Amino acid sequence: MIRLEGIRREYRTGALAVHALRGVDLHIPPGSFSVLMGPSGSGKSTLLHILGCLDRPTSGTYTLDGKEVTALPDTELVLLRRFSIGFVFQSFHLVPRMSATANVELPMIFAGVPASERERRAIEALESVGLADRVLHRPDELSGGERQRVAIARSLVMKPAVLLADEPTGNLDTASGEEVLQLLLELHRQGNTILLVTHDERLARIGDTLIRLRDGEIETLEST
Amino acid sequence: MNPLDLLKMSLGSFSGHTLRVRLTVLATSIGIASVLLLTSLGQSGRDYVLQKFAGLGSNLLIVVPGKLETSGGPPVAPGRTHELSLDDARHLRRNIPGVVDMAPISIGTMPARVGNKERALVILGSNDRLLHVRQLELVAGQNLPSLDLEQASPVCLIGSTVHKELFGNRNPLGQTLRLGEYRFRIVGLIAEKGQSLAMDMNDFVLIPVANLMRILNRKGLFRVLLSIRSFDEMRTAEEDVRKMLISRHDKEDFTLITQQAVMSSLGDILNNLSWAISGIAAISLLAAGMLITNVMLITVVERRAEIGLCKAIGAGNSQILSLFLAEAALLSTAGGVIGVGLGLLGARIIQWLVPALPVSTPVWAIELALAVSFGVGILFGVLPALRASRLPPVEALSRRA
Ligand SMILES: Nc1ncnc2c1ncn2[C@@H]1O[C@H](COP(=O)(O)OP(=O)(O)OP(=O)(O)O)[C@@H](O)[C@H]1O
Ligand SMILES: [Mg+2]
Repeated sequence: MIRLEGIRREYRTGALAVHALRGVDLHIPPGSFSVLMGPSGSGKSTLLHILGCLDRPTSGTYTLDGKEVTALPDTELVLLRRFSIGFVFQSFHLVPRMSATANVELPMIFAGVPASERERRAIEALESVGLADRVLHRPDELSGGERQRVAIARSLVMKPAVLLADEPTGNLDTASGEEVLQLLLELHRQGNTILLVTHDERLARIGDTLIRLRDGEIETLEST
Repeated sequence: MNPLDLLKMSLGSFSGHTLRVRLTVLATSIGIASVLLLTSLGQSGRDYVLQKFAGLGSNLLIVVPGKLETSGGPPVAPGRTHELSLDDARHLRRNIPGVVDMAPISIGTMPARVGNKERALVILGSNDRLLHVRQLELVAGQNLPSLDLEQASPVCLIGSTVHKELFGNRNPLGQTLRLGEYRFRIVGLIAEKGQSLAMDMNDFVLIPVANLMRILNRKGLFRVLLSIRSFDEMRTAEEDVRKMLISRHDKEDFTLITQQAVMSSLGDILNNLSWAISGIAAISLLAAGMLITNVMLITVVERRAEIGLCKAIGAGNSQILSLFLAEAALLSTAGGVIGVGLGLLGARIIQWLVPALPVSTPVWAIELALAVSFGVGILFGVLPALRASRLPPVEALSRRA
């Protein structure tokens, strides 16, 4: 369902070229839980941005659900981000002035989902991440773990084909991190496809595949 | 994106509005208020002046002997041309369909004497229709008799200034007025009226046109005034008169003046003046617009991460564009609404301070002010909104928020 072939990404700053990715081949089957690890600067985020259609590779092909993403125009990439990709970030990226419900409604507003349906679906999503009693709280009234769970609810509300999480526990204390992790495992059990980027060696074997990246290349790929 | 959601989202972004947002709204409102106020003053002034002029009768067609190359002002030297005769006047009255009334005018200055008081006076020679055509009224006595144009009669009407200066408080009716060596019996007193077409309508003596032409030994008239049935028939009547006189004189040696032309050029001048004043006020809107651009640019920088996030979760560039345009428009329209309030208040205050000046704010000016304020927001919001919509999502997200 996700297939990368020979993905390269170069950043040019003046005469200097940084090779963030140097030919990545990867297959992510539906329903899988992949863990992506690697030292800082190895290209994890770069890879995730390409998978999330936020960035384009310099060369190589990316196929998502049978569509060749690398050949699509920007307007089609917007639709993929809207309907097929869920993003979770290390720093949550909630809109501070909006309630939990409003934050979760945001992707549905851009997708043109009618208001009445939006609220129902947002509350359902918040319930599914265990925040039924926090729907009207604003981010500054929530703990770090709760904020990340709101962000996960937001990423799931459009029922994406894949959930991309870039160090979702990186900003959390151990207990909150554990909360979020259990939630991801539960979502995986329900059939969601998940790609988790982490620095935490303890999480290396939590999924079914472990991918290690080094200097923009896949160093090892093992089933766990 | 549905407009209601757009409105809600942009409203929401002002929930913690800062001092700079408030200042921007204030600046916009002052700009809008001054535009509205000056537009009201300009339009009211214009209407006031036009209304005064309209009192002169907008259905009047004036025939002047001599051809004027440019319109406005009487001919300086008619030169060797046909004169405008009583016969011409009669002809126009009888044969032009739209003409419902006609008064010929001959004019001269003569020493007038009552008892031992003497004064040089303007003498108008005309017929009994003049009062009606020029919308003059009698306060006492009667009109000139209804005569053939060539028929003389030693009677006259006098204006209020003549009355005051020659008779004081005495009743002038039935008294004799000597114009040079001729004696006229005063039969009527004309009601006071303001200045009209650069002539004091109170300071003259009116006698039958045949008398004056004989006294002055003239064949030509000074003017022929034609009353046209309706304002709409002015143009056709003007053309008919022109054709008829050309056929009688073999050339166009006369000039036709209509109030219409005077009115519309006066209206144009006043209108332009009014717009110019509003335009000056609009400069303050320019300053407000720049503030809007500035505030929105700051907002875009502050909300980089939010913009990146919105793109990551499926917002298209055009949606981001409309979000920020809506915010700018909301900002300026809020200023517009407050500005309209301030402008109306200002108009009230001016009305209260200077009761003689009629200040009314036309509804269209209010609508225009609101539309302008909205437009200012859109116009000055374009640059920041474009910048927001073009922000590369990865870069926008990479800053920790
Ligand atoms: N916009 C950019 N311009 C230039 N170089 C960049 C840019 N973004 C990333 N890089 C470079 O690309 C390489 C990969 O960066 P990336 O952010 O993918 O690493 P990462 O594995 O996510 O690291 P971390 O664990 O610190 O998040 C790095 O060398 C980085 O400096
Ligand atoms: Mg990273």
